[in-house]
Amino acid sequence: MWIFTLAWKNIWRNKSRTIIVLSAIAFASIISLPASSLKEGIFQNLISNIVGSYSGHIQIHQKGYWQEQTLENGFVSDANLTFKIRQIPEVEHIANRLESFALISSGEITKGAIVLGVDSIEKFQFTRVCDKLIRGIFMDSGQGLLLSEGLSNKMKKNVNDTVVLIGQGYRGSIAADRFIVSGIIRLPSPKLNSGLLVMPLTEAQHFFLADSIVTTTSLLLKKSSDLNQTAHKIRALMNKDHEVMTWEEIMPDIKQHIQTDSINMRIVQLILYMLVGFGIFSTIVIMMSERRAEHGMLLALGMSKLRLQLLLITESLYTVMLGSLLGLLLGAPLVFYLHKFPLRISGAAADAYAKFGFEPIFPTSTDFSIFLYQSLMVFIIGTMVSLYPLSVVHRMKAIFAMKK
Amino acid sequence: MEKRAKQSDTGIEKLNSKDATVIDAHNISKTYNPGGIPIRAIKNIHLHLSKGEFVALVGPSGSGKTTLLNMIGGLDQPDSGSILINNTDITRLSQAKLVKFRLHHIGFVFQSYNLIPVLTAQENAEFIMLLQKIKKFKRNERIDMLFQAVGLSDKKNVRPSQLSGGQQQRVAVLRALASKPQFVLADEPTANLDSEAAFNLLDIMLKLNKEEGMTYIFSTHDQRVIDRVKRVIKLVDGEVVSDKITDIL
Repeated sequence: MWIFTLAWKNIWRNKSRTIIVLSAIAFASIISLPASSLKEGIFQNLISNIVGSYSGHIQIHQKGYWQEQTLENGFVSDANLTFKIRQIPEVEHIANRLESFALISSGEITKGAIVLGVDSIEKFQFTRVCDKLIRGIFMDSGQGLLLSEGLSNKMKKNVNDTVVLIGQGYRGSIAADRFIVSGIIRLPSPKLNSGLLVMPLTEAQHFFLADSIVTTTSLLLKKSSDLNQTAHKIRALMNKDHEVMTWEEIMPDIKQHIQTDSINMRIVQLILYMLVGFGIFSTIVIMMSERRAEHGMLLALGMSKLRLQLLLITESLYTVMLGSLLGLLLGAPLVFYLHKFPLRISGAAADAYAKFGFEPIFPTSTDFSIFLYQSLMVFIIGTMVSLYPLSVVHRMKAIFAMKK
Repeated sequence: MEKRAKQSDTGIEKLNSKDATVIDAHNISKTYNPGGIPIRAIKNIHLHLSKGEFVALVGPSGSGKTTLLNMIGGLDQPDSGSILINNTDITRLSQAKLVKFRLHHIGFVFQSYNLIPVLTAQENAEFIMLLQKIKKFKRNERIDMLFQAVGLSDKKNVRPSQLSGGQQQRVAVLRALASKPQFVLADEPTANLDSEAAFNLLDIMLKLNKEEGMTYIFSTHDQRVIDRVKRVIKLVDGEVVSDKITDIL
């Protein structure tokens, strides 16, 4: 216990020097913490944009559907299997969809559109189509559909207008029918917002002449971090006729983008930490030189090298932990502020994000693991720079060290 | 053996009853090689010290006083010979055991006090006992008694920077004595003190020597110390040239 007390007293021996070191560590944390948090927040936002508004975390298809996305590769949803999947604790919602392509036409305008048939789960709890309504209503039955805002603009159609859909139905049949625009939805993904139309699942099955057929069973998880383990559990439940895909497999380009950006950020952080590490190291070198005679005296008096090393490690760790804590205390309010009021980008950067289908906002993440990671990094730096005093003490001979 | 017999001639045998032997250095030598040139710092020295002795190692600079003191204190190893402290040959101990041995058997007083600046006088004085894991109430008891004995009771909670040189050295002596070691090695303890502080310190050491029967070995060329010790061992060029009991006895 006395070692901790003595170490605490020792770090305040030279107050100015300690304050400079603490400031350097705190500064690095203040820069690094919001940066990491922003990075995580942006990625989480990207994932939730894509996953939450459309793909889901995990999708189940008939085997081969992903290679050839046609109605012929749809399947009849198995209620028993759906029940089993619902029992997996990590699963938040499960919804069935029928997704295909059709031409939407009105007057002289004809456009291609993704047709999405959604069930009541999806409507209210999954992608929450109803929450995205900006005009009109979602009709549970009848020939009403929702147009995405971009598509409604392209078609120059509004609520209560009529449109015609033409497409290829199940097993080569012709699908054609007239629908009323019952509402307009705005989706965060610009890509989807410009070419999606939504109707009740049963209506879509009826339109495509594909009764009971779904193309996708989509799952939303409680936590994104449970992705792979949940996918593994679901695969164990499925037979060979189905394929289970995570959003990372569905959109490998987005996963790649996140990984690349993560690496870039890690490199910047590493440089920052190295600068701080060298700062602390130089201070420790000076401190060791100044206190060499004292350390020699302690060894002469009968203090074991191990105890002296423990004392010096404790001093280093106190310094880095205190600096880190200071950095966390100063950096955390900014993280929480930017989480509540995210940065909104504009101009070319916003357009670039839109091209990828992402919402152009930069929120921070307040995930505990980010704060933990910062503390861990600082702890590792502290431990690494402590190796120098350990080595000096290990080689120290009291009789020579005491000579001033 | 010849030298030992010579020492006996000086009357030391009176102090050297077998039971009371604290240090028995036998035929120790030490050679340094600074820049490749061998210098024999200690040449075949025999030394026998008993409990309660108050001894000064004297001699000109480079005579080997500090080297001898360091070897007795287990800080340096002789090239040959043996050093028995309470029948333990410290030249055969591993470094780790030697550190433990120093902690439990030897007290050190240095020329420049070497107190830990961030600790109070009391914390400095009890530092060795802390390393020895002695319980707090026992430490307090001992420290209170010693601070009273050296007249520093009112300075217990003061840091070294607020003490005079003489007071700091007294605290350093208390640190060496607090754990009741077998003997205290003091390297030029009065070198940085004015006369009054030096006499005060020596009075305190003599008092504790009488009261606690503690053995003291000084390395010094301070006449003020030499005049107060009971035995003076003179070294020249690494050899004992005289070993005398003084009038103070």
